[in-house]
Amino acid sequence: MAADPRPPRREVLVRAGKALGLVAGASVLAKLRLDHGGWRVPGAEGTREVRDYRTADHGGPSDFAVVHAQGVPDVGAMVREALGALGGIARFVSRGDVVVLKPNIGWDRTPMQAANTNPEVVAQVATLCLQAGARRVVVTDASCNDPGRCFQRSGIWARAHRVGAEVILPAEHRFRTMRLRGEVLDEWPVYRTLIEADKVINLPVAKHHNLAKYTAAMKNWYGTLGGRRNRLHQNIDVSIADLATFMRPTLTVVDALRVLLRNGPQGGNVDDTRRMNTILATVDQVAADAYGCTLIDQRPENLAYLRMGEARGLGTTRWQSLRPRELALDMHGGVQRYALVVPEGSTEVEVARRIHAGRVVV
Amino acid sequence: MSDLPKPLPWLGVVGVVPALDAAPAPSPVLSLPAAVPTPQAPAVTMTAAALPAVKAPGAWWGRALEGLRARFKPRKRTGSGLPARAIIVWLRNARRVSQVGFLGLFLFLLVRTEFRGGFAGGATVRMPYPVEGFLLADPFVALMTFLSTHTVYRSLWWSLGLVALTLVFGRVFCGWICPFGTLHHFFAWLFPNPHGATTGSRRVRANHTHAYQNVKYYLLFAFLVAAVCGSAIGGLFDPICICVRAIGLAVLPAMNYVTAHTLDGVAATNVRALQVGSDVTRDALVASVLQPRQYFFHQTWVLGGLLFVVLLANRWIPRFWCRVLCPLGATLGLLARHALVGMEKDHAKCTDCNLCLVDCQGADSPQGGVKWRQDECHGCLNCEVACPEDVIKFRWLPNRRSTSLAQQDLDRRKTLVSVLAGAAVLPATRTSDTLDSNYYDRLLRPPGAVEERDFMDRCIRCAECMKVCPNNALHPALLESGIEGLWTPVLIPRIGYCEPSCVLCGQVCPTGAIQKITEDQKLGNPARHVEAIKIGTAFYDQGRCLPWSMATPCIVCEEFCPTSPKAIWVEEVDVPDRHGAMVHVQRPHVDPRLCIGCGACEKVCPVQDRPAVYVTSVGESRSRTNVILLETGTYT
Repeated sequence: MAADPRPPRREVLVRAGKALGLVAGASVLAKLRLDHGGWRVPGAEGTREVRDYRTADHGGPSDFAVVHAQGVPDVGAMVREALGALGGIARFVSRGDVVVLKPNIGWDRTPMQAANTNPEVVAQVATLCLQAGARRVVVTDASCNDPGRCFQRSGIWARAHRVGAEVILPAEHRFRTMRLRGEVLDEWPVYRTLIEADKVINLPVAKHHNLAKYTAAMKNWYGTLGGRRNRLHQNIDVSIADLATFMRPTLTVVDALRVLLRNGPQGGNVDDTRRMNTILATVDQVAADAYGCTLIDQRPENLAYLRMGEARGLGTTRWQSLRPRELALDMHGGVQRYALVVPEGSTEVEVARRIHAGRVVV
Repeated sequence: MSDLPKPLPWLGVVGVVPALDAAPAPSPVLSLPAAVPTPQAPAVTMTAAALPAVKAPGAWWGRALEGLRARFKPRKRTGSGLPARAIIVWLRNARRVSQVGFLGLFLFLLVRTEFRGGFAGGATVRMPYPVEGFLLADPFVALMTFLSTHTVYRSLWWSLGLVALTLVFGRVFCGWICPFGTLHHFFAWLFPNPHGATTGSRRVRANHTHAYQNVKYYLLFAFLVAAVCGSAIGGLFDPICICVRAIGLAVLPAMNYVTAHTLDGVAATNVRALQVGSDVTRDALVASVLQPRQYFFHQTWVLGGLLFVVLLANRWIPRFWCRVLCPLGATLGLLARHALVGMEKDHAKCTDCNLCLVDCQGADSPQGGVKWRQDECHGCLNCEVACPEDVIKFRWLPNRRSTSLAQQDLDRRKTLVSVLAGAAVLPATRTSDTLDSNYYDRLLRPPGAVEERDFMDRCIRCAECMKVCPNNALHPALLESGIEGLWTPVLIPRIGYCEPSCVLCGQVCPTGAIQKITEDQKLGNPARHVEAIKIGTAFYDQGRCLPWSMATPCIVCEEFCPTSPKAIWVEEVDVPDRHGAMVHVQRPHVDPRLCIGCGACEKVCPVQDRPAVYVTSVGESRSRTNVILLETGTYT
């Protein structure tokens, strides 16, 4: 008897089942991964991305402190006094916090050239954070020039390392693309080391900027971005406002020990700087810049990014409303304190002049 | 005459080699015409035929395991089976350690040829140790640049150490030290011979001395004559230069690329644990061997491709590079003829088993019956270890009669042709237009580079400067400075600008093509009346510049301009946009007296593809003719 040439029923069923499974699987996969084509450039609508590191305000004695010194300043004392006026570091840093300090380490310049934050300021703030029980204190920035050179030659690497802070240099893989949903800044590579923190302390240096006129606190957030930052200058004021909207620091400490008056932001010539021996600490980055710009004879109303920041509710240019405290340190390290009295009806610039005048009377 | 030590005291210890009981031991004095046929091959076939039930290891891993086992099984010594002298076995192992060690040292120095910065560093940045050490010890580089400049630049006298070593021990640099040689040694082992033969006649045939080995001497003569005429073009063929160039500019960046993309892929999974793992791995790698960012090098695929080809050539001619092309090997070969350590052969004892040739590195005729070529020998000692008949002996001040030191049988006519070829390099390349009459405007040389002709006298294309450049600014030129300038450094500002305070390229340059300048010399110091070194001058393409032609504020270029006062100055103007509204912009201008040509402006210009500001070489300090301004040029 000739064998039945047809395959056995079982095998037919198995093969049919396999074929069916394959087709079904492929269909499901195609359905799941179907490419509809077209340009995928979603708009920037939606709420703005915000990284808010501010502490719940438990009413420090002041929200705005300025410390002046004469001669060769004791930076440690100045920083301590400035933070003390705000209620002490404990107001901002809790035990076990990961604190990221963001100085300006943008340029391959030495401290005398005043293009980067003074290393002593960084070290003193780092020390205070560690004393307050911070688990880790990280010092970092995304530099403009070669980072190794900026970190080393600015002196910040050495000083921060000596006091026990962790210095992290930017590397490509530490940036991740994020949707900031700002007015001009939408999708940008963001420096993760800076934002992966419990507390972020902004440590800018006050200096002249040829395009934005004066920059310190709000502009310092350029260091949160990677990628090609060179486009930001086409609309620098909105870019600054967008970044300051994204980053809401715990605290801002402005280094105005030596201030670059011309050829900012990079400088390069000590003759372009002037020793001002001033440290400014505040919870309000808009106020910090509103006060700071008067150091180089600018007026807050000339700085468009300050107006935008105020309009967006990031802070106030009227720093006088922040219960300001001004302290003058004499050369012997003794401290004279006095609260600033703001006469009714005086303009901000007048108040600033009073402060500057008061600085020399120690 | 035979000076075979009679008692052979180590025979008692090492002598229980399986070879002795496997084959009937022939008397050492007996000279057999051919190797004793190994009984294994027919035996194995018989076993396989007799036991068909036994399954051969089918899986690939089974076969691999078998292969490994076979490799590490003590091999039976054929012939009389006399073991090698213990000291020679020890030295052979020492040679292996030395090869791995020096390759490791080379790679360590290469990876460290970069500036990372540190908390212990101050405002002055220098390499903490001579990362270019291998090049400083290279007598070919020293000789070539001595002939072209009539001077020995700074630490190049280190190469005298290698000359001395070679005069005593022969070409041990090639066999024990050279990182490129070690790579070839490894790849010649990895791809043994065509058609799958791992041992035996093909390998023996490949390791016989061939006439093509003389090519390297002709090349050397040509390069030295070219050097006398004023071109250090021989650096193209220097093995250390090739290693730095190909590994530093192609292999390491490629490794960086592969690792980065793999770990980025892992991080993109959005699984927290994998992301953390990826970050930790990346941090560790960046802290040790990888770079914090991807470096890109101009047309680097040519370098990588050539390295691949040269390594692959080992498949046809083992150590093709070392035997046929290496001019450093040829230099050392000429010196090795006067070496104090050498070989003695007892030709009478040789059985022509050819075991000495199986792993011979230099193809220097170690076998009996022919003259030994000490100028080709790498001193690897494989021949003496392999010799079962006590024919080969390396000795201090050997009896030369037994080996009768062979001369390189260099052909007089070929030598003449090579000399002529070397002499033709300059007229052939320099009557092309790039050097004298038609400057390539983008040929920016590193700061401290000497005048172009002197530069060609000195630059050996070792790529140390390109590897050390922190901004990835220096690149191997392809044809930008003519064919003669192949792989000389050229600064491409669009990829990276010249970091103002950096002088590292000059620090690592072994020949002074880039001089060791100080920060004061680079940036200028008016207080000490030092003028800044200019490498070029920036120009604006006003049609592409935002403030100039698009009523848009920008001046990133001015912000990055590092000079003080800034070479870029701005003109404040109100310009109408298309609707007639006035926009306040700052229009940038260059002051050619202040511009140093660093290219920071070009690097940061937001007009991404072809920047609105660009640097050309005109005005460079090193040239007296490539000038714009009257007051800066003294025409001679």
